[in-house]
Amino acid sequence: MSKDKFTILKSTGVPIPAENIDTDQIIPARFLKATTREGFGDNLFRDWRYDSDNKPVKDFALNNPTYTGKILVAGKNFGCGSSREHAAWAIYDYGFRVVVSSFFADIFKNNALNNAVLPVVVSDSFLKNLLDTIQKNPSTDVTVDLQNQIISYGTQSQKFEINAYKRECLINGYDDIDYLLSLNKEIREFDLAH
Amino acid sequence: MNKLTIVVSEKKPKTIFEKIWDSHVVKHAAGYPDALFIDRHFIHEVTSPQAFDGLKKRGLQVFNTKRTTATADHNVPTKDQHLPIKEALSRHQVETLRKNCKEFGVELYDLGHPFQGIVHIIGPELGLTLPGMTIVCGDSHTSTHGAFGNIAFGIGTSEVEQVLATQCILQYKPKTMKIEISGKLGKGVVSKDIILYIISKISASGATGFFVEYAGDAIRNLSMEARMTICNMSIEMGARGGLIAPDETTFDYIKGRKFAPQGEVFNRAVSEWKKLATDEGAVYDQVLKFDAADIGPMITYGTNPGMGMKVTDRIPTTAEMKEISEQTSFTKSLEYMGVEAGSKLLGKAIDYVFIGSCTNARIEDLREVASMVKGKKKANNVEVWVVPGSKQVQEQAKKEGLDKIFEAAGFELRDPGCSACLGMNEDKIPAGKYCISTSNRNFEGRQGPKSRTFLASPLSAAAAAITGKVTDVRELL
Repeated sequence: MSKDKFTILKSTGVPIPAENIDTDQIIPARFLKATTREGFGDNLFRDWRYDSDNKPVKDFALNNPTYTGKILVAGKNFGCGSSREHAAWAIYDYGFRVVVSSFFADIFKNNALNNAVLPVVVSDSFLKNLLDTIQKNPSTDVTVDLQNQIISYGTQSQKFEINAYKRECLINGYDDIDYLLSLNKEIREFDLAH
Repeated sequence: MNKLTIVVSEKKPKTIFEKIWDSHVVKHAAGYPDALFIDRHFIHEVTSPQAFDGLKKRGLQVFNTKRTTATADHNVPTKDQHLPIKEALSRHQVETLRKNCKEFGVELYDLGHPFQGIVHIIGPELGLTLPGMTIVCGDSHTSTHGAFGNIAFGIGTSEVEQVLATQCILQYKPKTMKIEISGKLGKGVVSKDIILYIISKISASGATGFFVEYAGDAIRNLSMEARMTICNMSIEMGARGGLIAPDETTFDYIKGRKFAPQGEVFNRAVSEWKKLATDEGAVYDQVLKFDAADIGPMITYGTNPGMGMKVTDRIPTTAEMKEISEQTSFTKSLEYMGVEAGSKLLGKAIDYVFIGSCTNARIEDLREVASMVKGKKKANNVEVWVVPGSKQVQEQAKKEGLDKIFEAAGFELRDPGCSACLGMNEDKIPAGKYCISTSNRNFEGRQGPKSRTFLASPLSAAAAAITGKVTDVRELL
């Protein structure tokens, strides 16, 4: 699937400070029955967003009209648990393009990168200050510059790591299959030898 | 596919992980992740439809259909499985799998097939899972297969598409960790307790970025099925996967299985597999050691698998959490579970017992449960579901008369599937109810909206089914 190209994003952020947010919270299993990639955003954080009568939970960040934007800011170990790529699809479908945390689970990180959602890893203290700042002033603009690998807001900024290959893929909208298909001959030979 | 070429370097000592990884790299280019060849690919109805769609959009075929095996497990009913699936979306998902497998020529063990079952249970029982392989599946518990001494890990759907299209996946080599468990396990302590203990010590993210090798005599003395339980939950501490070097226990288990090498080919394979073990002097990025004698029957009290303790322990207090952010998450978790910081869980009444999942639904698990409940009855306040991991496990249980023991105890023996482990089908624990579960995750709502899960071993779960409350299994032995 060819993807959006990502260069610089300037946006306000939505804070969900909870730690260890697992992919069952991001998209509960009962909403994994679709056979397409679209429409999962409606059920993003379903059980935190709606109560058992399907009424919006008022104090949850996604239901708070003061929080808007394309950047989700969350506590450490984001995306742990199930490998469901539906979690990345739900985050993308809802409209987020960046998730900021101090630590991501491995499979989620790959899934996000494969779906034009950039996981930005920052230090614990940077994360804490960013969460505090957004909660005090929801109109704070956060800038994520992928080319230079810098996240900044107000007077604060921090360099973030991303491997060079994945950065190029995001900037150019490439995906892994394009690269693997170019190795077809080598793979055929390898397959025959095994 | 049974040509065995495990390249063992004469120079630098290597870990088993490095040997398997290095012998599967098709292309290593500076600045790029490795293109890793995949020997065995398992697919199921939930994480494959969008991958097949991707192939169709690009006009691609499956690279090598012999290397992919499909089954229906995550979203299937566990009652009246011979009838059409009632729920429309679930039926459509399983039908989509059928259509895709037919169109692309992939072998499918569909509902009703004697080989159908949870994907991580059927691979080993059919001899599809072998030492030295690379194995992937769109499911995080793919690490289960690592018990045979292979590199097995869970992947997302975009990666499922990559593997279908190219039989390769792009991956950066993870770091290596050795976890050594030495000594003798105490009474009532089984492999599930070992892994819950490790996760409680290093947390739900303690092995993120690592591939784990489990070693030590306490691991060596385990059966293959018990080893699978340990490797299964590697992901619950964040690890990419977990493996155990193959030995005679492994070879005995594989011998004679349906798709395993047979006869002379098998013998030659065994001599190759013996070369896989980590070389003397090989270096791990991290080594952790634990004493088996310190492990007791375990239970989780919170909403991630790292929140576990010995069943006789007290839940930690909020003051024991170092960071304020941790305290907030801890308090929220205990509120959800309806349990008190600093209190014991022993004696707490429960409502459901779930014996099942890729962690603990193999025949040995069912035998363990049956040995505990034989001649006894479940407590009146609990409902007990026993969901076998596969059609073969179900048939074997019947052959051994375990079904009669369960029936007499008031347990319900169902048809195979993932069931209440993730509550995708109708097997859900109601809101607010407590379930002692042999599965792998106690996340909020995992077993149904607002359900509350205590993870434990099959033995501990069986004890709780009889008493109707959280129980120290040793009191019943």
